[in-house]
Amino acid sequence: MELTFGTICLGSLFFLAIFLAYVIATGSASLRTYLITRLFLTIPTVWILVTLVFIIMRLIPGDPITATIKPGENPERIAELQARVGVDKPIHEQYINYIGDILTGDFGRSITVEPDRPVIDIIARRLPATLELVVPAILIMLIFGVASGAFAAKHHKGIADYSFRIAGIVFYSIPIFWMGLMLQLFFGVVLNGLLPTAKRKSGYIQFDTHTDFFLIDTLIEGNFDAFLNVVSHMILPTITLSLALIGVFIRLTRSNMIEILQEDFVTAAHARGIPENRVVYRHALRNSFIPIMTLIGLQIAVLLGGAVLTETTFSWPGMGLLLRDGIANRDYIVVQGGVTVFALIVGITSTITDIIYAFIDPRIRY
Amino acid sequence: MTESTNDIILQMQDVTKYFPVKRGLIDQLTGIPHQYVRAVDGISFELKRGEVLGLVGESGSGKTTTGRLAVGLLKPTSGKVIFNGIDINAISAEELRKLRRHMQVIFQDPMASMNPRMTLGEGIGRGLKIHGLVSNNTEFRARVIEMLNHVGLTPGEAYIDRYPHQISGGQRQRAVIARALITNPQLIMADEPIAMADVSVRSVLLQLMKDLQQEFNLTYLFITHDLATTKYICDRIGVMYLGEIVELADIRSIYTNPQHPYTQSLLAAVPVPDPRHRRSAPMPRGEIPSPINPPSGCRFHPRCPIAQDICKQERPKLKPVAGKSDHIAACHLKTGDYIHLLPKEAAAST
Repeated sequence: MELTFGTICLGSLFFLAIFLAYVIATGSASLRTYLITRLFLTIPTVWILVTLVFIIMRLIPGDPITATIKPGENPERIAELQARVGVDKPIHEQYINYIGDILTGDFGRSITVEPDRPVIDIIARRLPATLELVVPAILIMLIFGVASGAFAAKHHKGIADYSFRIAGIVFYSIPIFWMGLMLQLFFGVVLNGLLPTAKRKSGYIQFDTHTDFFLIDTLIEGNFDAFLNVVSHMILPTITLSLALIGVFIRLTRSNMIEILQEDFVTAAHARGIPENRVVYRHALRNSFIPIMTLIGLQIAVLLGGAVLTETTFSWPGMGLLLRDGIANRDYIVVQGGVTVFALIVGITSTITDIIYAFIDPRIRY
Repeated sequence: MTESTNDIILQMQDVTKYFPVKRGLIDQLTGIPHQYVRAVDGISFELKRGEVLGLVGESGSGKTTTGRLAVGLLKPTSGKVIFNGIDINAISAEELRKLRRHMQVIFQDPMASMNPRMTLGEGIGRGLKIHGLVSNNTEFRARVIEMLNHVGLTPGEAYIDRYPHQISGGQRQRAVIARALITNPQLIMADEPIAMADVSVRSVLLQLMKDLQQEFNLTYLFITHDLATTKYICDRIGVMYLGEIVELADIRSIYTNPQHPYTQSLLAAVPVPDPRHRRSAPMPRGEIPSPINPPSGCRFHPRCPIAQDICKQERPKLKPVAGKSDHIAACHLKTGDYIHLLPKEAAAST
C-alpha cells in the first residue's frame, strides 16, 4: 500500500479506534460509560458547529458569485452562475441539501477557491501543511514552556523568575501577525535572507509528494537537501506560532510548581536527602502535569486559530490560508468543510487528553 | 563536650531564626526598617542518644521552626546546630544531603507528605536508592517489604504497589514512619505525627513509635501541642513560648513539679476526666503576643498571673530550679534573686 496522507489518516484512526476499544474493554465501568457518552456527544457537537457555520457564512453580505465576479457583469450571467452552484435557492432548502450531502459522505465541491474540486481533496492536501506547522509548534511550546516555568519556580523571585514571567506576558500580548512580520523583517531583510520567510519550500526544490507532509516526503525520496530546505522554511512560522502561546505554559507551570514545591512531600523528599534537581524536576514537576495537560487540550483550539494568522503571514498553504481564502471569496462549502475538520481535531484531542489524565494521575477515576 | 559527643546526638547552641516580614513598596521607599518575625529566639538544648525529647507549646511558639532547624531544613539566623559533632550548617549542601540518611522527619499530614503519584514502595524505598543502600531490585523490594511488615502494614507484599490514596489515614502514617526508618537513621524529628490521625488510632501509632524507638535505639525530637501525648512517649519535655524554651526537665519533674507559670497553666489546661476536679492554676490572660514585637523582659509577663516589675525589664535566663540541676526554667521569681517577690501562696508551693 502506498504511503499517502489518506493512508496515514486511516492508519491513525485505526490505532485510535484500537486504543479506545482497549481502554473501553479494560477500563473501569465508569470510565467506559464516560468514554462512550463522550464519543456519542461528538455527533451533536459537529452538527451544531456545521449549522452555525452554515448560518454565519450566509449572514455575510454577498455570495460566492457576487464576491468574485468582475464589476459590470451581465445580471443574467450572474443569475445563471448562482443557479449553477445552488445559492439562488431559499436558505432552508440549501441547508437540507447540504446536511443530506454530508450524511452521505459528500462534503461538496469548492465554488470559488478551486472551482469544482471536491472539498475533501483540497483539505487532504492542505491539512498536512497545517499539521506540519502546528505539531512542531506544540512541541516547542511544551518543552521550552514547561522547562522555563519549572526553572522559574525553582528560582522563585530570582532574576530568571522575573525574566521568564515578563517574557511570557510580552510574547502573549504580541499579535501573532505582527510577531511574524517582525521576524520576517529581521531574518529576511536585516540578516539578508538568513532564513526563508514564506512558503513551505523554495521554488527550485523539486520532489514527488506522497503524504504532503514535506518532512516525510523528502525523507522517502532520500533527498536530504530538500529536507533541510523544508526544515529551514518551518523555523520562522513554528517559532511565531509557539511564541504566541508559550507564555501561558510558562506562567501556568511556574505557579503550579511554586505551590507544589511548598507541599510537605517535597520537604519530606528534601529531608530524606533526595538531590535538589531530582526533587524539583521529578517529584514536583510530575505532579504539576495535570493542569498542563488540560491546557494542552484547550490550547489546540487556540493554536488552530493562530495557525490561520500564521499561515496568512507566511503564505503557508495550509488549512488556515484555505479558510481565509474561503471566507474572502464566500466559498461556503470550503469554509464549512474546513471548520468541520478543525472541530473534529479539537474533539479528538480533548478526548485523548481525558484518557491520558487517568494514566498520569492514579487518583483520577471517571 | 568532646568526650560526650558519643552520648549527645544533637546540640542546639543559642539558635535563632528570624523571618523577614514582607514590606510593601511604600515602606521600602520611605525607608521603614525591615521587621522580623522572631520565630526562634535563642534556643539551646541537647538531645541524648536514645532519648525522646518533647517540644510543646501553643501554635506560634516556634516549635515547628525549631524542629526544622534541628534537621537542617532551615538555616538558622545565628547559632549552631551540631549533629554527631558536625555543625550541619558549616558543611556543603552535598555533605548535608548525605548526612540526611541519619536524620529523618515525620510530618503531621501523611497524605500531604507523600507524593500522590508514587506507590508506597517507590516512596518508601527512594531513600535506599538515593543513599546507595541497596544494590539491586530484589534486595530493594525485600527491604521495603520487611519495613512495611515492621510498621504493621502486613503483609508488606499487599501494600508495596498501592498508592497513598488507596490506604487509610492510619496506614498512611505507618507508611510515613516506614519511609523515615528505612535508611536506618539515628534521629527522627516528628512534627505533630499523630495530630491528623483519628483518636482511635492515635494510641496505636504512639505505641508503634515507642516500640520502634526501643527496637532501633532511635532518638526522637517529638513536637506536639498536646501535652497529654507527651506523657506516653517522652523522656524529657521542653516547653516553648514565643520562640524561647521557658522550661526543660524530665517528664516526671514537669508533671509533678512544674515551675514556670506558663507550664503550670498549660498543665492545668489538660482536661481531667473528673467532674470534681478544679483547675489548679490560673489560665493565662489573652492571646499569645506578636513575635514581631515580643514583649520586653520576660516574654510571658503580659499574661503572667504573678508578674512583677522586674519581669517587664529583664529577660530571665534558664537556670536550675526546684533543687535539681537538670530541671531548668526561665523565671525571675523561681530561679534567683527575686524569689522573695513571689506572692505568698505561690512561694509556698515552690
